[in-house]
Amino acid sequence: MRFKPKGHTGIVEGDLTPMIDMTFQLIAFFMLVINFSDVEQDQRVQLPVSELAKPPTAPYEQPLTIHLTKTDRYIYGGKEMTEISMLKSALLRETQIIKRYTSKSLADVTVIIRADQDAKTGQVQEIIQACQELEFEKFALRGKQSEVRTIGGS
Amino acid sequence: MKIHNTEHREHIVLQMTPMIDIVFQLLVFFVFTFRIVLPEGDFNIRMPSASASQSSQPSETPLLKVRLRATPGGELAGVQLNDNQFSGETPFLQLHESIRSLINDAGGPGSTDQEVEIEADYNLKYRYAMNAITAITGEIDENGEQHKLVERVRFAPLEDE
Repeated sequence: MRFKPKGHTGIVEGDLTPMIDMTFQLIAFFMLVINFSDVEQDQRVQLPVSELAKPPTAPYEQPLTIHLTKTDRYIYGGKEMTEISMLKSALLRETQIIKRYTSKSLADVTVIIRADQDAKTGQVQEIIQACQELEFEKFALRGKQSEVRTIGGS
Repeated sequence: MKIHNTEHREHIVLQMTPMIDIVFQLLVFFVFTFRIVLPEGDFNIRMPSASASQSSQPSETPLLKVRLRATPGGELAGVQLNDNQFSGETPFLQLHESIRSLINDAGGPGSTDQEVEIEADYNLKYRYAMNAITAITGEIDENGEQHKLVERVRFAPLEDE
């Protein structure tokens, strides 16, 4: 007895449309959530959390960012410093540049302090004091936003 | 005269492979560069140097002093507001309640130019100073709305060692 093949022998093409749709959806999602403005973040610094720390509504006009790690190191302009005097001289150079090349007053410059949660408070005060000696007045103490109350209670 | 349609009616096959390749490249790039980070926020404080602040108008309300003491390891040993010592598991919550009652007596939150000075031990871990600033500057209500309490916060000058 002879059997005839009943199945199709042509090329079977899968429908790629749902997969492409899904992939584009994923790309759109990642494009929307990607944030390139986090360049000033530093992995060496774990910020303290606070429910009141809100992202600034407008970008600062003249920000200066100083990092302080828990190993007592200051990071400014990508350079790691061990002594406050080194940070002071780096800031002094910055003030000279600001005074010479911009019309801004040093009181308008915002010094952003990104200190590690385990860093010494006294060192943060030393940074503020060093900046005050150079006539900086505005400071932004940076913290990580939290959804839970950090001071206790419900 | 009869015109023959000489145009070829070929079936055009769209090459999807290069597009899918590039789409997957993009997808892989975004997946690898994706980082879940909590947004960062700032406490804005204005702290002119001591000489500059002396020349400015002195505040009518008395300065509130918050003292943060630390253990040798940098942990919190005690919180004090003027002469009131706070103890227990939630000293910062007590500090917050205490400041809020003082401010409410003086005319409601946000309506005073009350200034608070934080004096912390040198080796105190910064997270506790941040907790103190959080307790002093405001609160979040049940609806998630932020209410300001004291906006003028400053650190006490460091003592020369």
